[in-house]
Amino acid sequence: MAIAIGILVLVVITLLFHFMSPWWFTPIASNWSSIDLTVDITFWITGFVFVVVNLFLVWVVIKYRHKEGRKAHYEPESKKLETWLSVITTVGVVAMLAPGLWVYGKVTQVPEDAEVVEVIGQQWHWSFRFPGADGVLGQTSVAVMSVDNPFGMRADDPAGQDDILIADAELHLPIDQPYKFVLRSKDVLHNFTVPQFRVKMDLVPGMSPYAWLTPTRKGRFDIMCEELCGIAHHTMRGVLVVEDEGDFQTWLQGYPTYAETAARPAGNPEVGQATYGLCGTCHGAQAEGIQQLNAPKLAGLDSWYMSRQLRNYKAGVRGAHEADSYGAQMAPMAATLVDDLAIDNVLAYIGTLPDESAPATIAGDAEHGKDLFITCESCHGKQGQGIWALNAPRLSGMNDWYIIRQLDNYRQGIRGAHPQDLYGKQMGFMARVVRDEQDINDLVAYINSL
Amino acid sequence: MAYVALADKDHEQHLHDPQSFISKYIWSQDHKVIAVQYSLTAIAIGMVALVLSLMMRLQLGFPDTFSFITPDEYYQAITLHGMIMVIYLLTALLLGGFGNYLIPLMVGARDMVFPFMNMLSYWVYLLSVLVLCASFFVSGGPTGAGWTLYPPQAVLPGTPGIGGGIVLMLVSLVLFIVAFTMGGLNYVTTVLQARCRGMTLMRMPLSVWGIFVATILGLLAFPALLVTGIMLLLDAVLGTSFFMPAILSMGEQTKTAGGSPILFQHLFWFFGHPEVYIVALPAFGVISDLVSVHARKNIFGYRMMVWAILAIGGISFIVWAHHMYVSGMNPYFGFFFATTTLIIAIPTALKIYNWVLTLWRGDIRMTVPMFFVIGFIFTFINGGLTGLFLGNVAVDIPLSDTYFVVGHFHMVMGVSPILVIFGAIYHWYPKITGRMLNDTMGKIHFWLTLFGTYAIYLPMHYLGIQGLPRRYYAMGDTSFLDESTQAMNAGISVAALFVAVVQLLFLFNLFWSLFKGKRAEKNPWKATTLEWQTPDNPPVHGNWGPELPVVHRWAYDYSVPGAARDYIPQTMAPEDVPRADDSYHGEEGEHQ
Amino acid sequence: MSFFRKVTSKPWEHAGELEGIHGDFQPVSTASRTGLVMFLAVVSSMFLLFIVSYYTRMQSADWEVLKDPRILWFNTLVLVLASVAMQMASNLSKRDKPGRASLYLVGGTVLTLVFIAGQVAAWEQLLVAGYYAASNPANAFFYLFTGLHALHLVGGIWFLVRLGIKLRQHDYVQAKQNVALCATYWHYLLLVWLVLFALLLRT
Repeated sequence: MAIAIGILVLVVITLLFHFMSPWWFTPIASNWSSIDLTVDITFWITGFVFVVVNLFLVWVVIKYRHKEGRKAHYEPESKKLETWLSVITTVGVVAMLAPGLWVYGKVTQVPEDAEVVEVIGQQWHWSFRFPGADGVLGQTSVAVMSVDNPFGMRADDPAGQDDILIADAELHLPIDQPYKFVLRSKDVLHNFTVPQFRVKMDLVPGMSPYAWLTPTRKGRFDIMCEELCGIAHHTMRGVLVVEDEGDFQTWLQGYPTYAETAARPAGNPEVGQATYGLCGTCHGAQAEGIQQLNAPKLAGLDSWYMSRQLRNYKAGVRGAHEADSYGAQMAPMAATLVDDLAIDNVLAYIGTLPDESAPATIAGDAEHGKDLFITCESCHGKQGQGIWALNAPRLSGMNDWYIIRQLDNYRQGIRGAHPQDLYGKQMGFMARVVRDEQDINDLVAYINSL
Repeated sequence: MAYVALADKDHEQHLHDPQSFISKYIWSQDHKVIAVQYSLTAIAIGMVALVLSLMMRLQLGFPDTFSFITPDEYYQAITLHGMIMVIYLLTALLLGGFGNYLIPLMVGARDMVFPFMNMLSYWVYLLSVLVLCASFFVSGGPTGAGWTLYPPQAVLPGTPGIGGGIVLMLVSLVLFIVAFTMGGLNYVTTVLQARCRGMTLMRMPLSVWGIFVATILGLLAFPALLVTGIMLLLDAVLGTSFFMPAILSMGEQTKTAGGSPILFQHLFWFFGHPEVYIVALPAFGVISDLVSVHARKNIFGYRMMVWAILAIGGISFIVWAHHMYVSGMNPYFGFFFATTTLIIAIPTALKIYNWVLTLWRGDIRMTVPMFFVIGFIFTFINGGLTGLFLGNVAVDIPLSDTYFVVGHFHMVMGVSPILVIFGAIYHWYPKITGRMLNDTMGKIHFWLTLFGTYAIYLPMHYLGIQGLPRRYYAMGDTSFLDESTQAMNAGISVAALFVAVVQLLFLFNLFWSLFKGKRAEKNPWKATTLEWQTPDNPPVHGNWGPELPVVHRWAYDYSVPGAARDYIPQTMAPEDVPRADDSYHGEEGEHQ
Repeated sequence: MSFFRKVTSKPWEHAGELEGIHGDFQPVSTASRTGLVMFLAVVSSMFLLFIVSYYTRMQSADWEVLKDPRILWFNTLVLVLASVAMQMASNLSKRDKPGRASLYLVGGTVLTLVFIAGQVAAWEQLLVAGYYAASNPANAFFYLFTGLHALHLVGGIWFLVRLGIKLRQHDYVQAKQNVALCATYWHYLLLVWLVLFALLLRT
């Protein structure tokens, strides 16, 4: 008897939970409402079966529980009953399968007017590529990927010259235009998911899976990786903005074509030397860093990293947080570099300066720090040397006091909180792995020993 | 093949010799002892996996709180939790444990046909468990590639345990497969060749059918895991490119090229899906027997139950790619695999109907095993129905890789088989130990486990519909999750901790009843099947004394009209059956 | 009775009938042979999946066909002879001639060892010529196939040695049945090798 009531209670709880829980599909932003419909159909059919079979079970258990003198009915099988049940079940299954396959048929058929965009996944970042004026994506190859050619563009393919390279984790798309997403992975399996779009697909190295959809609602959506891709899997986030065609075109024009990036001249250190004069007042003439002025060492730091930070400072992505007083000092300085060429020049000059390890100022338990560093080394490298492909700058030989301040900033959401600072957001996730001050000191002590 | 001892008269004598402690309990060739060894080892390593799941729940429920759970450790925990629960606990316990204990007793054999190989099976299994445990202690720790061990990341930097961890994992799997094969050959051959007189295939209890077909599935499907394991091992150790394409890893080009990660997934799931039924079919069989005994009624539609087991076993080999709808495989496969997957739902549904119809017009005894049976029927209906979402390709696309999947497979492959295992232990404990388990503790354990697990897994489905991805160490802020999601996650974690603590009550009951439990009668549930008809309780080595039993009827003669008692043991000849009414004669009573 | 008729019979009828097999004291070969057949099914499943993987992997552009060493032809001949020897041993032991049967068993073992040595020689030739496992999947598959196949033969030899001990102990009853099983096992492995060899030659 108790068990019958128990099952009844569970059925009631299930129904209440189903109708009252705040968790349901997030409002759809694509053409795939038919997918939601198949889910609804399945819910109605399975929900009906769930209630009917369980209520029958409850009734049976109450009615036929043991009483003095009861004897069970003897009936090995009933062909009629079993046949009927098979038929009804088959009908239910067909009622779910048929609409499912019909919708899936549409999922597999990309419409002819669909535009193409390539989604590129790597540990643990997103980047994107548009085919440009010719509408054809140029060929790529892992073999030619390098810090100067992160997309792996093949220089000999004319179709690739006008491809627009989005070396950012933010993608914009125009509303109501069908898009075919061609998916490419540089390293391991990833998965391209925007929950509001419903469709998702894995990125497989060596293959080009695809998915298609039409964005139908303007907004700013999260791109999630939903295939386990290593220890920073949960930080592999991107942003997809759906906007009007005009806004989209403006955004797109802010990005270079492959031909433009390839033709971009290298920075000139001699020109940069003059610009560096101003920087040197704080960072030191040899860019060795001056702790009293809270200016970190720059010599030996990866130039792609400094370039990104300078542009972030200029755009107000970094140094804009009210609690970031040192960043607030840097922001107007960065603004004195008028364009990308000026940035390249000054970075070229910093690249010529001697790289001597910064002095250690922090004491801690390096042995313990080594255990903590296991998480860090997945991106920053075993020696803390920095890895361009992971967008992780060098740590070893840099100022320990500066690393500590930045870790604190990340943990408190002072840095990495700006919606456009997706790399910083990632570090914010990882910085929270270190739980207290002692851990930070131990960690930095280990970095100092590298 | 010297281990074939049965026919040899000298060996036959040897079988009944009194034995020393070591040969009786350690190097034992007795299927019952091996079954207990398998079960205890599986439960022990299962406890490790349970603790790992608590680590995960602590992190998910209360992110940024516990310094001992880093992303590395989190991903190592999900990997080892999954692998241990699926392979080293469920497969080992249901086949190595229940299979070993029940098959010879239920088909009337003295032992497995190859007892030495059977013993070896356990020891190799233990070795595989130890190798697995060793991976916790190597530099870099165990692998964190997820239990599916998908290449390329399973062997590339960026994944925890790419040194010793992944190698030991794969070696352990290979050992497990060797152990399983040695055991499995025994189970199948024993069912086919060592049944006692009168025990036709269709007179076998459904437990034996379930275990038998599951073992055949295992024998044919585990080679797929072996093949993938060996090739991945070579990729990891020798640098071959079976599954490894050209890759940029940590900013540098690897030396690999041309390999196919999708090939790995096809091979893995060619094993992985039958594996689901390797766990489910024995559970189906056991539940059928429990429901029949405790409802004092024959299993409804025995033939349909056997056919369903065979059908499910067969179809389970052509549904594997429903795990791969969004994997990037040829999208047209989706049509085929969605259809086969939904077809397999039909025999499975029939099994559920027949369990409920067995209760219908029965004489239901509210014993602890019956509680677990009814609890199982409920959770399995739930888990089975959510399977229809994930099997249907269009419905699966938004749900795959979310907590909906986690909720579904824990309901159908976690909670349901575990409830069967508990029910089965309450049912057969008196046979194994000669004592009854404590009823009160059993009922408390049941209620708390059923409601606790439901509190864990029901909400997960809805979080998944909302888009909560699985295998995320931390969620952070998103544009699609309701603010209450984190509160629900914390609630789930509390429920998980609670359920884990409740299991200690079960372990305590197991231990306490061994010494203080009520002494069991020979056939406490008044069951018909052979294992309850042994001359000794618990049965001694050799099971049957000087004479093997002879079987006169099927395993489900409960409440037969005209018979004095509500059960007729399989060993009872028609002329020996006591009549309810002395004036009654003729054999119609037996034939319905 | 066919399997289909078995599983469609109504077991609740005919109580008291005792048809069906009788498990105790039955000839051991039946159980062992069933076990062996099941085992061969497992091994077949494994090699089949390897072959499927081979064909799938072959589609990739980086596949370079391996020129199979000519010694494989010689090895194949040796393995055929080993199989013949095992069959002779089986025939002779059935006719209760344990002495001559042992002779053929020894011959079969030696031939099998020669085969394995030949396979090792093939490996060496390939390694000397620079065909490493890591350099191309075709090479890797070659080592994998030949290695696993040889490993199964080694397992067979282990059983043969135990059989030899039985024979020396004059335990003919059991030995007789086991010789037949060994012969089956050898024929099966010969068949596997022929399939693998054909596959390696063709591609």
